Amino acid sequence: MEQGEQIPELRVTPDRYLPHRYAGASGDFNPIHIDGEFAQQVGLPSTILHGLYTMALVARANTAAAGGDPRSLRRLAVQFRGMGLPEKEIVVRGTVRAAGEGGTLVDTEAEQEGNRIVRNAEAELAI
Amino acid sequence: MAEQSSVVGKSYEPFEYEVGREKIREYAHAVGEENPVHFDPRAAHDAGFHGVVAPPMFAVVYSSGAIAPAMFDPEVGMNFAMMVHGGQEFAWSDLVYAGDTITTTASVLDISKRDDKTFYVFETVSANQDGREVVRGTWTNIERGG
Repeated sequence: MEQGEQIPELRVTPDRYLPHRYAGASGDFNPIHIDGEFAQQVGLPSTILHGLYTMALVARANTAAAGGDPRSLRRLAVQFRGMGLPEKEIVVRGTVRAAGEGGTLVDTEAEQEGNRIVRNAEAELAI
Repeated sequence: MAEQSSVVGKSYEPFEYEVGREKIREYAHAVGEENPVHFDPRAAHDAGFHGVVAPPMFAVVYSSGAIAPAMFDPEVGMNFAMMVHGGQEFAWSDLVYAGDTITTTASVLDISKRDDKTFYVFETVSANQDGREVVRGTWTNIERGG
């Protein structure tokens, strides 16, 4: 990969029950993710996605860009902003900021209907 | 805040987690991992791994039991009603395999105030049964107001 190159986009539309499956898989049962009524009571439009689920999509996009070997993702730092919602497409995009012998740095973000839900993400790949 | 700053550097009881192959499969399925090394032992062996490999972000699964007591520590004093998960970083070392026992230790790295926000930063360090580090996590929570 070369500086300025885009990594392949990852597009995922989490279904209505994704937050339930992620809650079970991760152990995070915060009701804002799994109880629509509770979520609305605290001012949210519906259940919201777990931030760490969205981060996992950013990790997937970067690992795939490096050829798929799980060892290739050395480091990933993200900032969560806004909130991700089920049933709306998430697009993960990244641009190579630097590539050298020490590895490749990719600036990444995840966006949903124009809302950047993960921004300033930096991935370090061992390629 | 005055009393919170004294909690910086505090570390918590190590948390031990045994990694199950089916738990990796469940996690991989939830986040849409398609690489069979995360659920098919044969594919993992064919790819040169000695067992089913946990996806990198599986770190949240074995770390959560260590980070929760730190976040809920009354000495830290986070107000969960006003809190958002602001940022997350993981730096990976050795791979995690099904059957590994991962021990994670959490600590309070920093508490700082900027404008009307308080930033609570925690660190987790996870190592496998051979004492080799597998991941280091930095967890940033932002509390508004106060």
